[in-house]
Amino acid sequence: MKKRIAGVAVAAALLTGCAPSTNAPATSGTDEKTGTLRVWLFDEPNRTPKEAVIKAAVEEFQAAHQGVTVDVQYIAVETRAERFKGAFNDPASAPDVVEFGNTDLAEYVNAGGLADIGADLDGWAEGADLAADLRASATVDGTAYGLPWWVGVRALHYRTDVFTELGLTPPATLAELTATAKTIRQRKPDLFGVAVGGKYTFGALPFVWANGGDITALNSAQSRAGVTAYTDLLKDDNCPPQQCADLTGGKTVELFAGGKAGMAILGNFNRAAVEAGTVKGKYAVVPLPGVTAGSIAPAFAGGNNLGVMKNTPRRTLAADFLKLLGSKNYQLKMFDAMGNLPTLTSARTELAAKDATLKPFLDTIAAGTKFVPVDPGWGAIDSQAVIPTMLQNVATGRSTVDAATDEAAAAVSAALKK
Amino acid sequence: MTTIDAGPAVKGRARTLTPLWLLLPAAAVLLPLFVYPIYQLGLLSVLDFRQAQVSGGQPTRFIGLDNYTDLMSAPRFWSVLWATVLFAAALVLVTLAVGAALAVLLTKVSRWAAYTLSLAAMAAWAAPAMTGSTVWMFLFDTNLGLVNRVLGWEGHNWTYERLDAFALVGAVVVWHSFPFVMVTLYAGIKALPEQVLEAAQLDGANPWQSFWRVTVPMLRPIIAIVVIQSIIWDFKIFTQIYVMTNGGGIAGQNLTLNVYAYQQAFASSEYGLGSAIGVVMMLILLAVTLVYLRLLRRSGEPL
Repeated sequence: MKKRIAGVAVAAALLTGCAPSTNAPATSGTDEKTGTLRVWLFDEPNRTPKEAVIKAAVEEFQAAHQGVTVDVQYIAVETRAERFKGAFNDPASAPDVVEFGNTDLAEYVNAGGLADIGADLDGWAEGADLAADLRASATVDGTAYGLPWWVGVRALHYRTDVFTELGLTPPATLAELTATAKTIRQRKPDLFGVAVGGKYTFGALPFVWANGGDITALNSAQSRAGVTAYTDLLKDDNCPPQQCADLTGGKTVELFAGGKAGMAILGNFNRAAVEAGTVKGKYAVVPLPGVTAGSIAPAFAGGNNLGVMKNTPRRTLAADFLKLLGSKNYQLKMFDAMGNLPTLTSARTELAAKDATLKPFLDTIAAGTKFVPVDPGWGAIDSQAVIPTMLQNVATGRSTVDAATDEAAAAVSAALKK
Repeated sequence: MTTIDAGPAVKGRARTLTPLWLLLPAAAVLLPLFVYPIYQLGLLSVLDFRQAQVSGGQPTRFIGLDNYTDLMSAPRFWSVLWATVLFAAALVLVTLAVGAALAVLLTKVSRWAAYTLSLAAMAAWAAPAMTGSTVWMFLFDTNLGLVNRVLGWEGHNWTYERLDAFALVGAVVVWHSFPFVMVTLYAGIKALPEQVLEAAQLDGANPWQSFWRVTVPMLRPIIAIVVIQSIIWDFKIFTQIYVMTNGGGIAGQNLTLNVYAYQQAFASSEYGLGSAIGVVMMLILLAVTLVYLRLLRRSGEPL
């Protein structure tokens, strides 16, 4: 009997010892002023110009800080989730400064991986130049965890040659956009009126926002009006569901660049791809119109932040390097290199005077942008394809707008509640 | 004589213990490799375990069967489960039919033809699932695919309709898995004593009868292995669905349980929920396999 109890005790000890591992990324407590500062930045297609800018920043930083070397690693965007999870779980191999997508922020904060940099931003001379809606996109529960580094917004691209030939003018409202798209498709059946996709979440959301709806209330009357307006474009008289229901945003870029669409909702960051296509010199850009004439549909403020890892042993150095990369000087250099729009208002004003092609995008930002819920649940909503499923269900006629939005709203609230 | 006569008591004891001793090396390998992960899977499935818990941002909580009730109350789960079961059943039947037909064919054709057929099958078998799926998708591409061009169906989207998409993915899965069935059954047929088949022929059995009445019953143990292997394989299908239907098809119409688990759980860092789906899958597979073995046993000699 005794033996059996001992056996059970040993087994129990073994079992608890085998519980899933949890690491606490506590602050390291030290703040070293020398050594290697490790930086993770996103690898991007055609990274060379970005690398050149970063190299200049590293040299400037190392010259100003004796005994410090900056080690920059470029991580692949597709596998960033695994890399970050690894960094949170194993502080020894984690970087000090990181670049990350602003939609990933809440998940990282919830995991306890990022440091509060609110005080650093407040004490920084250029910090006041940061627009409030952008700073809010890197803030969770009143605490700032990131410095918005660059933003990207989408606007309506249209084919000037097609519009001239058919005697069309750029649409002033969303309703006009639909009518114009259908006219193009009718007169030129080999073109999609406006290229839209069932998986193009950030192309569809402006329709929802322009109608007064939001992601957190997808089954409200306003959101439904937006979903109806967008899915009406996924019809045979504009973009047949057979071909468009499964399209992603990236595919609509290809379609427009390849001359297969009269219009498309593309980002300023897609410029290189569009310029490389057959439509070069044959297109123009205007802000995506809202519901009433003269208004602009709120765009999604996508972009990347810079942050400091919570467990960094070089807290001060990390914050200094972050402020250097985020300064107006380097934001402008990053624009020249990669076309990323600066987050500092004065930098954008300077650019607007210099580059007329940016006007529609800067006007869109000035009109106010929207963001996804800053909540760790957004990651789940995204990977469970809640919004694409809703759009595709309506576009393929498998579900009514009411039923599809109800289902999506339930999934969103379930994910945000956790 | 004297060496084996160690007395009845010792003999009995040794007899009961010897198999255990012999099993020990296998157990030493299998226990850590299988029991520990399964234990972890079961444990995770009763915890609230997400990224925040893995990296220590929040404490891990025991939540009992909440993950399971969440899962069972999702209508999506049930539709995906049914689709997976039906899809897997169809795949097993088709794979077996194709594999068996070709195995029989191999025994009838000339040596040269048999070599060619085996080589082609081996190539399909050796192709990684990812590569195979991608190549098939090139062939069936909506705008640029060879198949659409040959048929003159330009613009036809093969993954738009649910059944079309399942059929296309199913074809790729069968293409990937029939060689195993074919080779195994061919080896089995080759090992059958020729006299039996000859006797059947002399008794006036036609090829169809001798296949169903003689070959199949004698191959039962091999068929059992092939069937179980196929069930497990096809029930857990992931790569082909994920690659060919872009992660589950339009509005998730082509989700199978494994892809669903990945999408709902692991891509969303909901490890607890994902483990619950894993446990459910494991139980279903165990049940199916046990029932199948049971049926086999009842219908004839032990395997």
